[in-house]
Amino acid sequence: MHTRLYACACIALCVVMFGGWTQGFAKETAGSEIEDLKKQMALMEEQLRLLRQKVEQLEAKPAVAPEAPVEKQNGKTEQRLKDLELQVGQQRAASRGLLAPFNPKISVNGLFSAAMFSEKDNLNFGDHDPQVQGFNVQNVELHLQGTVDPYFQVDTNIVTTIKKGATTIELEEMYGTSLALPANLQLVAGQYFTRFGRQNRQHPHQWDFADQPVILNRIFGPDGLRGPGAQLSWLAPTPFYLEFIGSAQQAEGEIATSFLSKPGETVRGYTLIDRPVRKVGDLLYMPRVVTSFNPTDEVTVALGGSALFGPNASGTNTRTSVYGGDLYVKWKPVNHSQGFPFVAWQTEYLHRNYEAGPDDVNRIPASLLKDFGWYTQLLYGFTYRWVAGFRVDYANGSGGGKAVPFLATLAQRDLVGERSRFSPNMTFYPSEFSKFRLQYNLDFADSRGREAVHGVFLQMELNIGEHGAHSF
Amino acid sequence: MRVLIKTFFLMGLLAASPLPAYAKLNVVATTPDLGSIVREIGGDRVEVTSLAKGTEDPHFVDAKPSFIRILNQADALIEGGADLEVGWLPPLILNARNSKIQLGQPGRIVAAEVIRLLEIPTGPIDRSLGDVHPFGNPHLTLDPLNGKLIAGRVKERLCMLSTPDCPVFTANAKQFEEKIDSRLALWQKQMAPLRGTKVVTYHKSYSYLAERFGLQVVNTIEPKPGIPPSASHVRDLVAQMKAEGVALILLEPNRERKTPAFLSQETGARVVLIPSMVGGAKEAGDYLALFEHIVKTMLEAMKERQP
Repeated sequence: MHTRLYACACIALCVVMFGGWTQGFAKETAGSEIEDLKKQMALMEEQLRLLRQKVEQLEAKPAVAPEAPVEKQNGKTEQRLKDLELQVGQQRAASRGLLAPFNPKISVNGLFSAAMFSEKDNLNFGDHDPQVQGFNVQNVELHLQGTVDPYFQVDTNIVTTIKKGATTIELEEMYGTSLALPANLQLVAGQYFTRFGRQNRQHPHQWDFADQPVILNRIFGPDGLRGPGAQLSWLAPTPFYLEFIGSAQQAEGEIATSFLSKPGETVRGYTLIDRPVRKVGDLLYMPRVVTSFNPTDEVTVALGGSALFGPNASGTNTRTSVYGGDLYVKWKPVNHSQGFPFVAWQTEYLHRNYEAGPDDVNRIPASLLKDFGWYTQLLYGFTYRWVAGFRVDYANGSGGGKAVPFLATLAQRDLVGERSRFSPNMTFYPSEFSKFRLQYNLDFADSRGREAVHGVFLQMELNIGEHGAHSF
Repeated sequence: MRVLIKTFFLMGLLAASPLPAYAKLNVVATTPDLGSIVREIGGDRVEVTSLAKGTEDPHFVDAKPSFIRILNQADALIEGGADLEVGWLPPLILNARNSKIQLGQPGRIVAAEVIRLLEIPTGPIDRSLGDVHPFGNPHLTLDPLNGKLIAGRVKERLCMLSTPDCPVFTANAKQFEEKIDSRLALWQKQMAPLRGTKVVTYHKSYSYLAERFGLQVVNTIEPKPGIPPSASHVRDLVAQMKAEGVALILLEPNRERKTPAFLSQETGARVVLIPSMVGGAKEAGDYLALFEHIVKTMLEAMKERQP
């Protein structure tokens, strides 16, 4: 008994001394001291283990003890040991804390693919699509997430791609999200993907298919719609989820192709001029409303409507408006295991009115161009780690613009007219942090005389580090 | 349009207005067993909503938008912690825009903070070890004594959130602790014949249960956390189970049954479905009933196994 008490006292003394030592230590972050801390921790754990062993030996009971009263099994010694162990655990958490709490969560996600196309000039125009015959680096994303202070959390995505051996690095997003503004408000500010619809805000590794839907590519460009700005949203005090979102963003560059975009680029033949932002009305405005409800415990429905209003650079006073609707329905049984099985159906519809021109260089008169399109996709997680998917795309870029547009290149012609695409795929997830996806695309486009264009992709995703959970 | 604006303005005012003094505390629990403990302590002074269903896998709950609304209205949130809900809870809390349930607030209750966690990795870890939990095993409610500790923390926080009701919470907590003590004495007596029984579990969901009742977990059907069994692992497991005389295979009702059935057939061990949370079986309606059901099921399984 004395041996036990003596050992307990030693451990308690160690814990107390160690606690005081770590407080002093917190002021310094030298690597050697952290190593010392780890060693001390290991030593203390070993002492604790030996102590526990001793107590177990002293209190050794037969394996079967039908009449063993609870009090004996959970006596004071046991309780004291538990308290000590809890303290050790807390010290351990603290030792981790010296390294971790002020650092952001960091993850790196790589998305690669091998692609084969039936045509030399294929129809994949998304910057993060498999674009070339052979191997593609679709997207390598460095994601950092952390809290700034009691008011904001920050998310940062720095993205790299390699095209024809040339590496590009871009700051895709860095935005702050308010943690708890009053009156159910939330502020997002910085550089961010516009929360239009469902997929535009998702990063390529979140996509359920290897490439972007056609209509998103046509209306939001190869890189999706994003830009610096501010967004305010309000959660309505309704019994169900209902959120109103309003956003104002800069609408320049290749990340805002339906708006100010880049001088010299073309939209359905109209050459864009250099039109900088001069007034508040030259910003890109987005209202969005989104609701969600659960008809049963196993079904979730999310329904949204969005619009965009902003200037475009086909003239000095021309404007673009985009309207969209999105629907997501998911079934997952309440007795699922590790998230499987499930069925998820996602659909988006987009319509764009583009006041174009006149284009004096190519002598095209002013016109109101109308584009629309949709995609619908069904995913079936039929067994743990396996998901089968099917997506249908349709896009029509021939509304308005009666005058024959001047389309110099095949790539320009590919972005107008009708196009339909059918994409079955199968994804295998070895774990939550990796995936392999096989996808086939069967494409019919006006620009290719409605002849079938085929594409096959084998995609791989690898993720390391701590990546924050995604929204529904 | 004006009517619409006025309507939204009024809705906003309603949302921002404080709760009346007589209102019940609105507590959200991530899992139903935590919800059940809060009900025991809060009694009729709290309204409890559990996000996950008792039949679900608590690691893989969908972050449904309807949960955002529920969390937005919460006076308190109780979570298991130790990364149990890391795959779905953080974006819900962020979007709930509720200052009462932010980290460090009395309304944010983390069960793992008061529990001596098992299986805290001591050596170096990485994901080659599977979906390993760096803070320890988070399936911590399956030890009735942990339930007592969690109840203590719940009482403490509810008292901070609603001081006038503190005597009620204290009395309820005392009553709950007494109930746990008396039932545990009975359960341990009933389970005494099982002390030292060797078992295999599917996932590391029953470590706390095993420790409390003296079961010996010799291996898991998953070779590593979250990784499904390979043929070679199953082969080795069969040999180990035969060699060590494993009597029971414990798994949650939502797990695949093919591998456990094969192991049972090969080794004679009996498959026992053990709900890991309240609501995981219809008999496990609350925290105490969960253990009643587990004890009964295990005793029946052992009885059926014996010739």
